[in-house]
Amino acid sequence: MDMNQYLEVFIEESKEHLQMCSEQLLELEKNPDDLSIVNDIFRAAHTLKGMSATMGYEDLANLTHKMENVLDAIRNEQITLQPETFDTLFLAVDDLEAMVYSIAEGGEGKRDVKDVVEKLLLIEKGESLIPTAANEVSAASAILEPKIVNSEYDEFEITVLQQSQDQGFNSYELKISLREDCLLKAARVFMVFEVLEKIGEVIKSNPPVEQLEEEQFDHSFSVTMVTKESVEDVQKKVMKVSEVDKVQVHTIDLEHLRIPVPVEEQEPVVTASQEAPVVTTVATEQTKKEEKKQAPVKSNSSKTIRVNIERLDILMNLFEELVIDRGRLDQISRDLDNQELHETVERMSRVTSDLQTIVLNMRMVPVETVFNRFPKMVRQLARDLNKKVDLQIVGAETELDRTVIDEIGDPLVHLLRNAMDHGIERPEVRLANGKPEEGKILLKAYHSGNHVFIEIEDDGAGINRERVLNKAIANGILSEEAVATLTDKQVYELILASGFSTAEKISDVSGRGVGLDVVKNTIESLGGSVTIDSKEGAGSVFLIQLPLTLSIISVMLVEIQKEKYAIPLSSIIETAIIKKEDIMNAHNQQVIDFRGKILPLLFLKDIFEVPEFGKEDEFLSVVIVRKGDKMAGLVVDSFIGQLEVVLKSLGDYLSTAFAISGATILGDGQVALIIDCNALIN
Amino acid sequence: MTAVSTEQEMKIIVFQIKDKEYALPVERVRGIEKLLHITRVPKTLPFIKGVINLRGVITPIIDLRIRFGFDEVVYNESTRIIIVVIEGMEVGLIVDSANDVMDIPVASIEPQPEVVGHRIDEYISGVAKIDKRLLILVNLEKTLSLDALQESMRKEG
Repeated sequence: MDMNQYLEVFIEESKEHLQMCSEQLLELEKNPDDLSIVNDIFRAAHTLKGMSATMGYEDLANLTHKMENVLDAIRNEQITLQPETFDTLFLAVDDLEAMVYSIAEGGEGKRDVKDVVEKLLLIEKGESLIPTAANEVSAASAILEPKIVNSEYDEFEITVLQQSQDQGFNSYELKISLREDCLLKAARVFMVFEVLEKIGEVIKSNPPVEQLEEEQFDHSFSVTMVTKESVEDVQKKVMKVSEVDKVQVHTIDLEHLRIPVPVEEQEPVVTASQEAPVVTTVATEQTKKEEKKQAPVKSNSSKTIRVNIERLDILMNLFEELVIDRGRLDQISRDLDNQELHETVERMSRVTSDLQTIVLNMRMVPVETVFNRFPKMVRQLARDLNKKVDLQIVGAETELDRTVIDEIGDPLVHLLRNAMDHGIERPEVRLANGKPEEGKILLKAYHSGNHVFIEIEDDGAGINRERVLNKAIANGILSEEAVATLTDKQVYELILASGFSTAEKISDVSGRGVGLDVVKNTIESLGGSVTIDSKEGAGSVFLIQLPLTLSIISVMLVEIQKEKYAIPLSSIIETAIIKKEDIMNAHNQQVIDFRGKILPLLFLKDIFEVPEFGKEDEFLSVVIVRKGDKMAGLVVDSFIGQLEVVLKSLGDYLSTAFAISGATILGDGQVALIIDCNALIN
Repeated sequence: MTAVSTEQEMKIIVFQIKDKEYALPVERVRGIEKLLHITRVPKTLPFIKGVINLRGVITPIIDLRIRFGFDEVVYNESTRIIIVVIEGMEVGLIVDSANDVMDIPVASIEPQPEVVGHRIDEYISGVAKIDKRLLILVNLEKTLSLDALQESMRKEG
């Protein structure tokens, strides 16, 4: 099909426009008087309508059209904004989103939208869903569409035209019509302008350039220009641009222009001598602004391109191979001890590490892509729960690897729902406790070291230690004797345990007791961690720590008999060499006294059933690792060193392997397994 | 015999385990490798020997000898790893030797004889008698699929 080549672009852009719609709707809800926001939404909806109609998705175009009508009415202040208006608009956006997604999945983009359409129609007619006296429709302010006939010039433009004529230029007004089926109107406009700018100077266009670039015109627009070419030449040259239907060129009669054009409806050209200079400067400024606006738009579009994620993955895979080969080359050059080879390999190492930074950066996506769906969700949830919540997002531009981004959406949704359901109190309770009626949730993302932190902070009720403990005991997660020894933090972490739910009432928002342990598991499987801090009555903070990237990690390589294993540096505290006689026995567990702390020893040789070859040494090499605040010493035979490795999955076949999180390929081409310290310590 | 061209043929890879000849359809085989360094993966099933680095891809290796219930032998010069595709994954099979690529008429394949008297019978999809050779066609799904593995994992505890 002919359309297929545009389909991907269409889907991507539709998603962007819809995102824009819902963001601006939220904004509008906060500032209902700011009608410029309505304009933004209107523009997004309008573009979407145009695109979907061109692509043949009638339902999508229809619904957008209805929504547009409502927006137009809002813009012209024919209807007042009610909460219900927003509900309906959000509903419409939801439906549109669903349709776009269905198209993306290869569907038809059809959906039953009768309800929404009806509601939209009601609103449009001013019969607000809750009967109100908003029926007064002022017809007078309705027609404000820019007129296509371009006959009005301000003083400044007339001066320019005058001067050009004095220098022997001809002034023309062109009316250019594009073909009805033209798909990329903005591109055609651009091409027309390019042609015109080659042969002369464009003075003015109607509608203005920005609107033309955003395709906010029907099929025709007009341009005023000065050139030395003849009428016929100009016409021919413009006609060469494909999909241009008709070009009409008129010579502008300056004498006629200078006499004030009969005032038609509004904005007369000012000729009064006193006001003239003022207007001129304003006009100049406007043209300047126009120029300025034009420039960045163009440079932006040339600086970014859309790349299929798959290609980035392939690039990453190829790069991983390169990293492996680099390790191998490095080893060979050391073995051969050739100066020139040394230097070459070193240079290559530097280049590849630069390349690594770039490749990894390319896969970085701002967390915004996850965060941007939250405001709408929180709004809806707040209405469902009859709570007032203000969601603030800080650091949405923080970047994370795409693989991590893909996974954190659901856990964050869980935590936000949890904060709204269990954290934020009802408005009346909040008032009674001397808090502002509106609860606050702060969603914050930031970089620190090799990690990205995401904080979800609410100013709600906080976590009640006693209730958590009682519940934990009741659910058999904890024994009563253990209670006294627990720190507050340990108590809070209990709510992440599976089978735990403190909500007295089970709601469909959260409180099924399955939510938070899923959060914990997902985050930990990404190599991150969740910690909770809370102050009763003042709120809670959930802190998620995530690694920047999952694919290349620093490890410590160790040897156990003849096998090599890699331990992620992120879980290592330090390494030590201990004497055999320092080992003590506590029950069945061998322990050592390490800086005054009793440290359990885990003999990896036994755990991994490594075949034995050599005899035992008098000294033991120990890698001290941690999980949370728990520590353990892993006994190995020797340390090889620290290196950067590419993490590879063992695949479905070996997913059951105990305490192995993956594998990596070493410089000599052999595979080393990566130890999962979290599984070893429990 | 009718003309070869009218008869449906099937290309197979022939390999040997113990004294028997086995066969796999060629489209299931990605390549045949000499023995590479195998990294042992602890605490898995006995016939999973570990993983190898196959041109940058970590590939699990299964010893067909052990999978078929034969004794383990020390690998030698003729030991080969046949890389096959199952459920979209590449898996390596260790065999004693891989000696032949053959075209066999599809008609020559018969269901396995009733009495084989060995536990390997569940891994066989048929036998083909070509001249005086008896080729045993291996059923990869039964031998290697994850379900089958989990099954045997349960059996062995």
